[in-house]
This record gives sequence, structure tokens and C-alpha cells, in this order.
Amino acid sequence: MTFWERFALIFTNAKYLDSMLTGLRMTLAISVGAAALGLVLGSIVALVGLAGSKNPLMKLPKLICAVYVTVVRGTPMALQLFIMAFVVFAIRGFPLVVTAIIAFGVNSGAYVSENIRGGILSVDVGQTEAGRSLGLSAGATMWYIVIPQAIKNVIPSIGNELIALIKETSIVSMIGMYDLTAAAKNLGSGQNLADYLAPMTAAALFYLAIVYLLTFIIKRIEGRLRQSDRR
Amino acid sequence: MIDVKNLSKSFGDHLVLDDISEHISPGEKVVVIGPSGSGKSTFLRCLNLLETPTSGSITFQGTEITDPKTDINDLRRQMGMVFQHFNLFPNMTIRKNITLAPVRTKLMSQAEADDTAAALLKRVGLEEKADAYPAQLSGGQKQRIAIVRALAMRPKLMLFDEPTSALDPEMVGEVLQVMKELAEEGMTMVVVTHEMGFAREVGTRVLFMDQGHILEQNEPQAFFAHPKQPRTIDFLSKVL
Repeated sequence: MTFWERFALIFTNAKYLDSMLTGLRMTLAISVGAAALGLVLGSIVALVGLAGSKNPLMKLPKLICAVYVTVVRGTPMALQLFIMAFVVFAIRGFPLVVTAIIAFGVNSGAYVSENIRGGILSVDVGQTEAGRSLGLSAGATMWYIVIPQAIKNVIPSIGNELIALIKETSIVSMIGMYDLTAAAKNLGSGQNLADYLAPMTAAALFYLAIVYLLTFIIKRIEGRLRQSDRR
Repeated sequence: MIDVKNLSKSFGDHLVLDDISEHISPGEKVVVIGPSGSGKSTFLRCLNLLETPTSGSITFQGTEITDPKTDINDLRRQMGMVFQHFNLFPNMTIRKNITLAPVRTKLMSQAEADDTAAALLKRVGLEEKADAYPAQLSGGQKQRIAIVRALAMRPKLMLFDEPTSALDPEMVGEVLQVMKELAEEGMTMVVVTHEMGFAREVGTRVLFMDQGHILEQNEPQAFFAHPKQPRTIDFLSKVL
């Protein structure tokens, strides 16, 4: 069999295709779940961090958030995944997919929070002063004036983070999960195609397609948000 | 209208305002001049608590602004402020810039605010810009919009922080014209500026500040004709 024949087989043989799609579904499930968790967590951590520099009551939460960001960013993702799977959620019958979503979401949240914090700080302080001088509360000024502008600033870096996250999920086979990368490895083994090039290429194309689609969506959102910049 | 007592403000070790006491009555147009670093902008920004005074008290219409129990948002709604760099909201249309605060503070419904915005825009000759974004406007137009945005809250007092300093020279006139009309309508105004012509023509009182003190004050004709302090004479000889 040539490469092309084996490559075609992955998409025509029901068993092989099913195997790939099962892996793809898992990759997507972890990515989407972790991205959602990461965005929520990152937003909260960023806001707590910013509030902590003004409100004394938020000092302790701010410290906790700072420790979280430092620890998560300072240790390898694979190690964090192992700790989640073999220590924190080492419970019989606990769904691995949830473990993975939490592990990647917690990891992503740390990076997202730094992006969002930077985005909010990049909005000119004059915007806040204008809002407050009009009698809007600190919260209303943040919500209606600062955050919409911050979102525009953080979309590109959040996009980068999401892309990195999707590709990073390929390490879940290390805790025995069956994702797109694991599926490609399985199809390449002796019982199946006995060749790694075709399934790895197919998996690579799947990842590329996902990332390309995501990039396209981010560009669209960016374009829409930049409307007010046009002269 | 505003009573300032023993107001001091320092940034770290640097004393910017040194024990200032001043009273501003309704209808006055107080023009604050002085060299840069004299504390005139800080003085203005203390009046609506954009800067928190280090010590002293400020009372606005009988309410002590500097009291921590005071609802500062409520007081700020009665004081408009115009900034050197306009500080329009770049992601909103002009109409939204003007109507955001009146609607969100429940001063007006969206329909009322839209009507107010239209009327105010007409007054400054920018009614066709309602759906434009700030980036599409010239500096002078932006500053006129910023004035309109503050006026939409129906303030009792307007604070101007060097409103023409960031403008191209040929756009200064259109902004000063709007301010002049506002003064003629009886608005109480405190204006930090380098426009001596405006101070002379529109001001009812000129304050000269240097090194955190109000060194000298007088009504404009006398102030410019017969400055008393050597520092004032020196300053005026350089700017006039």
C-alpha cells in the first residue's frame, strides 16, 4: 500500500474513521471546556488582582490569585495534568475528561488573567476619569467604558492562548485518554495500519483545520471590534 | 457654591497644593492661570475628587465632598468636567458618548437623552456627527463634543482642565466660543487655561497659582493691568 492508499483508508474504513473522530471529539471537548473555564477563571483573577490594588479588603484574594498565577505559569503542564489525575481527582470512576478540562482550564486561566489584566491596564486612565467625572460609579465605569475597550485589546492575545491550549491538549494520552493524537498513534500501530506517517499526517490536518478555523473567527471578531477605529 | 478650606495635596514627598482656601460663588467664571507644575490642574481635580486631598475640606452646595460618607457619584453628576485630552469614549458613537451617563445614572430615559444630545449637538453645530465615532472628528470637534457630553448631565458647575492645550491653534477659537456662550448663559465655571485672552474677556476673577499657592487674584482688568506680586509680573511678561 502506498502512503496515499493508507491515507485514504483512514477516511474510508469505518473503523479507522470512527477511531479518528472519537479522538477528535475528545480533543474538542477538552479544548472547549478548558477554554470556557480558563476565560471565566482568568477574568475573575484579573479583576480581583486589579481590585486588590485599590481596596484593602481584596488584599488577601489578590495574594491568592498572585500565587495561583505564579505556580501555574512556573510548572510544566504535563506535571499539572498528572497532579490533577493522580492526586486531586484520583477517585475511582471520576470521568477523566472532567479532570482534563479542569487541569487545562486552570492552566489556561493563569495565562488568560495576565492577558486580561494587561488589556485593562492598557486602556487610558483618562477613560476612567471621564466616566467617573460624569458621575458613573467605579463598577459602571469599568463595565460600560473600560472593559469593552479592553476586550478589543486582548482578543489577539486570547486567540493565541486558545490556539496554544488546543495543541497542548495532545498530552492527555499521558494519563491514558484517547484524543486525536492518541487516535493517530493507535491507527499507526501494528494491529492497524502498521505505518505512522499517514495517521499522523491526518491528525496534523485536523489540528491545522481547527486552528485555522479559530484564527478565522478571531480575525472576524477583531475586525468587527475595530470598526470605531476607522476614519 | 464651592468652599475650599485648608486644602493640601502631596504626591509622596512632593507638596503640590499647600493649604489653599478659596470660595467660588454661583455664576462666577474663575480662571486659574500659572506656570506648569504650579498645582492648578491638581486644584481643579480636587474639586470633583479625581484627586483625593491629603488634608483640608471641600464643600459643594452645603455637602462636604471630602467626607467619606458623601456619595461622590451623586455630587459629580452635578459637576461637569472637560479634559485636556478630551477623553471621549473611542468605541462609542458621539450620540452614545453623550447619552451613556444620563441613561446609566437614571437621570434620563434613552429617548430623553437622545433628544438632549440632539439639541446640544445642534447648539455646537455638530448635529450631523451624532453617528460618527470620535476618531472621525478633528480635535476642536472632539472637545466641543466633550463639553456637550458634560452638559448632558445638566451640571450646576463646569470644570475645564486646559481645554485648548492639546488643540491645533486654528481650532482653539471654536472651543473657546462654545465656552464663552456657556459663560454668557450664566454657568458657573472654573477654567484652568493658558488662554489669557479668554481669561480677560470671559473671566470674572483670575487666580494666579505658583508652587501650590494662590499667589494673587483679582478681577481680570485689574489683574492684567496691575499685577502686584513680582512672580505674577514675571509670568505675565513671558506669556503676554
